[in-house]
Amino acid sequence: MAARALTKGLLGLRHFRGATVKFSNTGHHVATSSSIKSSEPQTNAVTEKILNLPLEKPDLFRVSELFSLKDLFDARVHLGHKKGCRHRLMEPYLYDSSLDHDIIDLDKTVEHLRLALNTTAETAYRGGIILFVSRRRQFCHLVETTAKDCEEYAHTRYWQGGLLTNAHIQYSPGVRLPDLIIFLSTLNNVFQQHVAIRDAAKMNIPTIGVVDSNCNPSLITYPVPGNDDTPVAMELYCRLFKMTINRAKDKRRQMELLHGLSKPSTSSS
Amino acid sequence: MAANCVRFAASLLGKGVNGASPTNPVTLQLYRQICGTSALRRKNLAAAGPEKFTPEFIQKQIEEFEIGKRHLANMMGEDPENFNQEDIDRSIAYLFPSGLFEKKARPLMKHPDEIFPKQRAVQWGPDRRPFHFLFYTGKQSYYSLMHELYGKVLNIEKHQDRLRAKGLFSTETKQISLGTSRWLTKEELEELLVETISTHDYDRFIQLMERMLSMAYSSLEEEFILRHRQQLEAQTMHQVVPPLQKDDKGVDFSTAEGKRKTSKSSVVVRDGGSGSITINGEDYLHYFPVLQDREQLMFPLQFTGLLGRFDLECTVSGGGRSSQAGALRLAISRALLSFVSEGEGEAMRQAGLLTPDPRVRERKKPGQEGARRKFTWKKR
Repeated sequence: MAARALTKGLLGLRHFRGATVKFSNTGHHVATSSSIKSSEPQTNAVTEKILNLPLEKPDLFRVSELFSLKDLFDARVHLGHKKGCRHRLMEPYLYDSSLDHDIIDLDKTVEHLRLALNTTAETAYRGGIILFVSRRRQFCHLVETTAKDCEEYAHTRYWQGGLLTNAHIQYSPGVRLPDLIIFLSTLNNVFQQHVAIRDAAKMNIPTIGVVDSNCNPSLITYPVPGNDDTPVAMELYCRLFKMTINRAKDKRRQMELLHGLSKPSTSSS
Repeated sequence: MAANCVRFAASLLGKGVNGASPTNPVTLQLYRQICGTSALRRKNLAAAGPEKFTPEFIQKQIEEFEIGKRHLANMMGEDPENFNQEDIDRSIAYLFPSGLFEKKARPLMKHPDEIFPKQRAVQWGPDRRPFHFLFYTGKQSYYSLMHELYGKVLNIEKHQDRLRAKGLFSTETKQISLGTSRWLTKEELEELLVETISTHDYDRFIQLMERMLSMAYSSLEEEFILRHRQQLEAQTMHQVVPPLQKDDKGVDFSTAEGKRKTSKSSVVVRDGGSGSITINGEDYLHYFPVLQDREQLMFPLQFTGLLGRFDLECTVSGGGRSSQAGALRLAISRALLSFVSEGEGEAMRQAGLLTPDPRVRERKKPGQEGARRKFTWKKR
């Protein structure tokens, strides 16, 4: 059901992008939607089939195999902040609090993390732009290295006001905005909610966020309740996201090669 | 004065194509009057930013420049193939003589790459995905430099930890020689990165570089550090030392010239022995009756301690007595350079003996009595 909502979201809002983002088997060429529709209707059908493939199965990329509850526990993902820092909207995600230290419910985390990883895999499969955002200075280098390794994008620096909402002036006109934003920490350096969450909601960009017990999960599309302060936990998240994205991209290349081989003859799945 | 353009907007009820469809034959059309002035449609020039040139435009400019260069060579009767930039400058100065003082305001003809500022090419590929992984920060080159720098700092720390674990850590390692260089200035860094950075960013960059230098094993990343340092030019002897000549009697001598205000002087210093000074054919006591002027003449010789050794034969013209004395002093110091060692010469430079005095008479301005003196201010 999440997958179907995703279909509606991606196809409904950005179907024109789906038309322009087409990878031809011979190589990249500058393609406008009109030129695609006029030439090679067969590539169209084949690509549609490739794109719809993950939507037919609940977990094509097998993201639930990447981690287990024990891995999360070992990485201390369940540790939250103290009772005084607790955000009211995080109470459903908390298991208990022992000696005023909040403990996050890992069953819920497992479910939410599976959804989040599924979304990243599907976005990466369709060739979407993923932006990693975090304002923790401790993990800035780690996040940027993760983004570089999976050929996606990162922003761990001071967020200038109009980067998403005023994009045509901040960058050149005709820029393409990210299709998914992953927050590895939703707070900025003064413990307020990161501006990008609100901006992404304004620009209709789905967000995934690791929310700690002092964060506000309301505007985030796929919140993942978990610890965002410990280095072990951050390394775990980065590793998981990197593996899903690489898996999804490899799968896409595999699918294209498969269909590319069978394209000159009659395309039989 | 502003022409009002009244436009009408038509809104159709319900989505659909213009015209009647079989199911819904009646389409209501509501017209709404939109009034606007030409002021609304005027371009906001301030928000546009610096002018951007497309690569095609620059390419066209380069072609036109090449053609124009050949035309110019033909006009001047020179070989179009070997016409370089100095020839172009000379020809333009000949064909379009300009008396303007500001050199940049004169007509010029240079290669478009030197005239148009360097700009970034388009940042994304055919699928519109940006090339650089830090594109969405806005300052990709600066932040990628900081990322690389921090990575190197972590690398050095890891290396140091490994050595400490083996027990081989020592602080007496080869240090990078930084004495003759300085950090790049903000302008030079901006030029290197092809993007503007703020002073705060620049300070952060320098801080992180200094932190890396303070680590014991910073010599691992020597090449990276030196790439961001500028070699200092030796401030020492840019002076042209006048050549030591020998006349027919075997006596060493050297000639030098000096200027001060409107006086020009030329001095021949001979390695005679008596210490006599002749100015314009006259003895220096007659020419400079004032002690102050004679002191100015003696100062270079007294500073190097060679008072009685040389014979000076001087000529001087223009200016007053003080400026003539100053011109002579400069000429004597320059001539002495050929008799004196490099270290002594450097000492003379630091004493200010070899610096020509740039002060000239300031012109009188209209509406004032002199260069600076204003007319007496009267309240009423």
